[in-house]
Amino acid sequence: MSLIEITEVKKRFGDNEVLKGINIDVAPGEVIAIIGKSGSGKSTLLRCINGLETIDEGSISVAGAQLLPDELHLKALRLKVGMIFQGFNLFPHLTAGRNVMLSQMVVKKTPKAEAEGMAKKMLERVGLAHKFDAYPDQLSGGQQQRVAIARALAMQPIALLCDEITSALDPELVNEVLSVVKELASEGMTLLMVTHEMRFARDVCSRVVFMHQGRVHEIGPPEKVFANPATPELKQFLGVIH
Amino acid sequence: MNYAFDFGWLFDYWPVLVKGILITVELTLVGGILGVSLGIACAWARALGPRWLGAIVATYVELIRNTPFLIQLFFIFFGLPALGVRMGELEAANLAMVINLGAYGCEIIRAGIQATPRGQFEAGASLGMSRIQTFWYVVLVPALQRIWPALSSQIVIVMLGSAAVSQIAAEDLTFAANFIQSRSFRAFESYFVATLIYLALAIGLRQLLRGLGWTIFPRRAAR
Ligand SMILES: Nc1ncnc2c1ncn2[C@@H]1O[C@H](COP(=O)(O)OP(=O)(O)OP(=O)(O)O)[C@@H](O)[C@H]1O
Ligand SMILES: [Mg+2]
Repeated sequence: MSLIEITEVKKRFGDNEVLKGINIDVAPGEVIAIIGKSGSGKSTLLRCINGLETIDEGSISVAGAQLLPDELHLKALRLKVGMIFQGFNLFPHLTAGRNVMLSQMVVKKTPKAEAEGMAKKMLERVGLAHKFDAYPDQLSGGQQQRVAIARALAMQPIALLCDEITSALDPELVNEVLSVVKELASEGMTLLMVTHEMRFARDVCSRVVFMHQGRVHEIGPPEKVFANPATPELKQFLGVIH
Repeated sequence: MNYAFDFGWLFDYWPVLVKGILITVELTLVGGILGVSLGIACAWARALGPRWLGAIVATYVELIRNTPFLIQLFFIFFGLPALGVRMGELEAANLAMVINLGAYGCEIIRAGIQATPRGQFEAGASLGMSRIQTFWYVVLVPALQRIWPALSSQIVIVMLGSAAVSQIAAEDLTFAANFIQSRSFRAFESYFVATLIYLALAIGLRQLLRGLGWTIFPRRAAR
């Protein structure tokens, strides 16, 4: 059974139809890379799955539950699906540890001691146990992004959405974040990631989705998509990237 | 100029002065704490709340910001009893200060909220927090940090403006100075002393607010 079912999803901003009927089924444990030109709707798709944007048509369901746009359903959805952003979005007035503790205490009403234990565990998982008391502005971009991953993981989601999570990083910091993601993938976490890291997509992902003008233009295992692109658009896109 | 300075009366009238200082401090504390709280609630309503509430708050804010404090005070103390709302001069003075700072504070704090990067709201939402929770736990502290100097200045302005409450016979520092002047006929000395005390109070309040800022906002730079 699929974990995330995206069926005929359409999304408009005014007259601009950004998603024109998207269909993707994601099985548990799958790691999916979403690639495509700027403006093809990649971020919008992820934001729809997390309920940050409401869809105009079609349906999205996660673990069998339909995505509905009221606060109760959204909260239930977001407990199952975490999101990591390009710009980290850590809370600047809280330490790394507190960043990871906050939503546990506020949303899940986890007692403080327990939330702290979970925060320590998650920071350790991303290799930052020693930065528990550091504030975001005392961390490098790569470290901030790893705290953001720990923060999402502390909510124990069944899937993670990652929107170009290494694009704002200096090249030498990209790998520390990708290796964390790789480890999550090997532990069986379901991942949907928009990425420009083609090598990473090829090595780690089970399927690659090529989006073009608001549609899934090609989808398949990385060997096929990268080695044997079927459409001229994907050929051109890969040509531009290489 | 052959005016002979005489501060000897200070010994006779110091209890009046002390009482005046205490009342001015009390007015400032209550006005500051409740006024800023009201300002936060109003800023939330205007920046993030439902539209109808934002409209009501906007009306209140414009009403207060475009009328003199003294008239607001007179209205509360002399005007409201006509509607059956009667209160003592101290309650009226406190209320006027809270309402006044609430309106100015609202606009200052709102600017801080509106400068919040969208990603902060989205991060809160994606972690399952409600809009109110995101505001309270994520947005508010950095927003206050952004505008803390302006808010601090406004609180000092309101403290100095509290001199007006002497006009409804609330026995604050200005009331004390007036009283001493009328008894001792020592106008220069009375107001000179009152001036020094206000100056000391204002400087002290600024330092207090700065110290408070250091403890509430542990990091210098908010994004
Ligand atoms: N909030 C919005 N309001 C109006 N238009 C929007 C909004 N968000 C996105 N769009 C438009 O939707 C289209 C797709 O945007 P989206 O951010 O999903 O693209 P993307 O594939 O993620 O691109 P990139 O690689 O640059 O991040 C763009 O044309 C963009 O201008
Ligand atoms: Mg994008």
